[in-house]
Amino acid sequence: MTSDATVTKHGPDIPAAVKDAVLAGVIALGIFGPLVGLKTEQNMSNELVITTRWGLVAVIVGIVMAGRFLLTTFIWPTIAVRKQRDKAPPSAGRLAFLASFKKWFPSGSLVFLFLYPAIVVYLLGFQGSLKWVDNFGIQILIYVMLGWGLNIVVGLAGLLDLGYVAFYAVGAYSYALLATHFGLSFWLLLPMAGILAALWGIMLGFPVLRLRGDYLAIVTLAFGEIIRLVLINFRELTNGSAGISSIPKITFFGIWSFDVSAPNNFAKVWGLAMSSAYYKIFLYYLILLLALLTAFVTLRLRKLPIGRAWEALREDEIACRSLGINTTNTKLTAFALGAMFGGFAGSFFAARQGFVSPESFVFMESAVIVAIVVLGGMGSMIGVALAAVAMIGGTELLRELSFLKAVFGDNFDPDQFRMLFFGLAMVLIMIWRPRGFVSAREPTVFLTERKAISGSLVKEGHG
Amino acid sequence: MTDTLMEAPAPVDTRTPLLSVRGAKTYYGKIIALKGVDVDVHKGEIVTLIGANGAGKSTLMMTICGNPRAREGQILFEGQDITNMPTHEIARLRIAQSPEGRRIFPRMTVLENLQMGAALDNLAHFDQDVERMFTLFPRLKERIGQRGGTLSGGEQQMLAIARALMARPKLLMLDEPSLGLAPLIVKQIFDVIGELNRTEGLTVFLVEQNAYHALKLAHRGYVLVNGSVTMSGPGRELLEKPEIRAAYLEGGAH
Repeated sequence: MTSDATVTKHGPDIPAAVKDAVLAGVIALGIFGPLVGLKTEQNMSNELVITTRWGLVAVIVGIVMAGRFLLTTFIWPTIAVRKQRDKAPPSAGRLAFLASFKKWFPSGSLVFLFLYPAIVVYLLGFQGSLKWVDNFGIQILIYVMLGWGLNIVVGLAGLLDLGYVAFYAVGAYSYALLATHFGLSFWLLLPMAGILAALWGIMLGFPVLRLRGDYLAIVTLAFGEIIRLVLINFRELTNGSAGISSIPKITFFGIWSFDVSAPNNFAKVWGLAMSSAYYKIFLYYLILLLALLTAFVTLRLRKLPIGRAWEALREDEIACRSLGINTTNTKLTAFALGAMFGGFAGSFFAARQGFVSPESFVFMESAVIVAIVVLGGMGSMIGVALAAVAMIGGTELLRELSFLKAVFGDNFDPDQFRMLFFGLAMVLIMIWRPRGFVSAREPTVFLTERKAISGSLVKEGHG
Repeated sequence: MTDTLMEAPAPVDTRTPLLSVRGAKTYYGKIIALKGVDVDVHKGEIVTLIGANGAGKSTLMMTICGNPRAREGQILFEGQDITNMPTHEIARLRIAQSPEGRRIFPRMTVLENLQMGAALDNLAHFDQDVERMFTLFPRLKERIGQRGGTLSGGEQQMLAIARALMARPKLLMLDEPSLGLAPLIVKQIFDVIGELNRTEGLTVFLVEQNAYHALKLAHRGYVLVNGSVTMSGPGRELLEKPEIRAAYLEGGAH
């Protein structure tokens, strides 16, 4: 039953593959027959009755046989061929294609992101666009922004922060509380939420300055949990697990409102049919701009001394100190800046949901954000964005698994399998690309033409 | 090259030492690593510290940088007490260190590594200094866009020294620059150090296992045994002492 058995020069050996598949089917029958086919249930008079599910067993055995057959005839040979091909150096055409792809991909995807709502509305109409703009667009972009924010801390400065969701929570609750109690506008509270989150970032930063690696991860994890527990138990302020509801919507810089009852409602002013799609599209562009702000700031900072210091800190802390870099300040700025962007994203999240509760800030969220940064490739902006699309878009797509009900019967709940697929996908990505989607690191300085010429000058005067 | 150095040493200002370690005692927890060490480095001098493994050579160098700090005694730089200063502030007094094990930044390019060395100056004379480094170490120029981690051991050592020099140091401290390098590369590196000392009056404090090369290069040397200085004197004199030859140069003298 080895892979080479069916891989011959003249294509797959079908009879052997069929035999192999039948054998796998027999084994599957032996395992799943009793495990899945027989089920005991309690009837009305408290007796155990055996119910049989032979149809389901047949489906499972069928899947196993088909899978095994495909594996031996198609998948293994393809992998073998690909391995052979990878050994040969890539052709010039392929290299040129890769180079131009690398050059145009960022700007191309940016154009796509700006046109995305328009395309969706054109294809599906305003009402139909809701799901695609909201669940996919906004949801993914929030995580892109969170990923880019955490990327400063984890990817650039190399400080493994497992409690990033705490800053997200600080931002969300800052907006929720200040907007509901004092009626302050989103545009005022957005920077405020960022500043508050940054302050919390510094507060977390101080005690953990001496820690690195695993120890830092544990303390930040605890910090994230502390924030969540405080949110649950400080009922007087946060309303506990019940959360804060009816958080005001974001206005279009105070000019137009998206509240149905407001006189300056966007749809009313422009004489359009009432729809929540306008608000969603507005939110989409807002989070897109916020995410791009994060990216822009990060890209600029990487070229400044502080950004270089972060990267050097990730590489070697002792060397940094011997070069006169104040590692305390460097770490604190990384924590504060990362937290600030988390706070921005949090206040946006609160405004978009209209409701916040500690439920939204569980450890799982932190883990997803860290996973996005790691899968994307530590420190790579494009990689992090791709990972966010794959992880969040992927889990959203897995909501559409209801077709599996046709196979496994009506009491099958596909939602429960989302996490299974999610985990499986992560394992596979880490096998194929152990350093993340984009593992290359762009240098921040190049030797320009001018310097290259002056470099050919011979010795200069010493002294 | 080293022979000419010994005949005509660079002028040394011996009145006030640039660096002065007075009775430094350093502990790792309860274990004492330095038992009251006195070392002076004058301006324009190359001073070598030799000693066996575990004698405390690297500890002394790290103590000067304030990590770990000396629990007793004093460390003066240009007359200023730096014993309890944080490491990065000490580095800002232009004490540059090429630490043990090189500790270059492996994922950053050669040029970026050099940039980190010039972090203090905010790159004011970066271009000029980079050119100088490439004159001193032409090999680095060939590797300019390559990541530090992909360099060979000798190139990494050159990069570590160049990175330290980028800060335009008043005192350059080198911890075992010859560690794990081929004799030819060791000679190249020591030649550069000697040349910098002669032409620019660079003050160097050198910690070495390679006693022959180091003492030949140095104006003065100290021998550290078990956390105490047992011998000191001009490099050439130390080289000729039988106990030194026996302990550190067995089979090493050419």
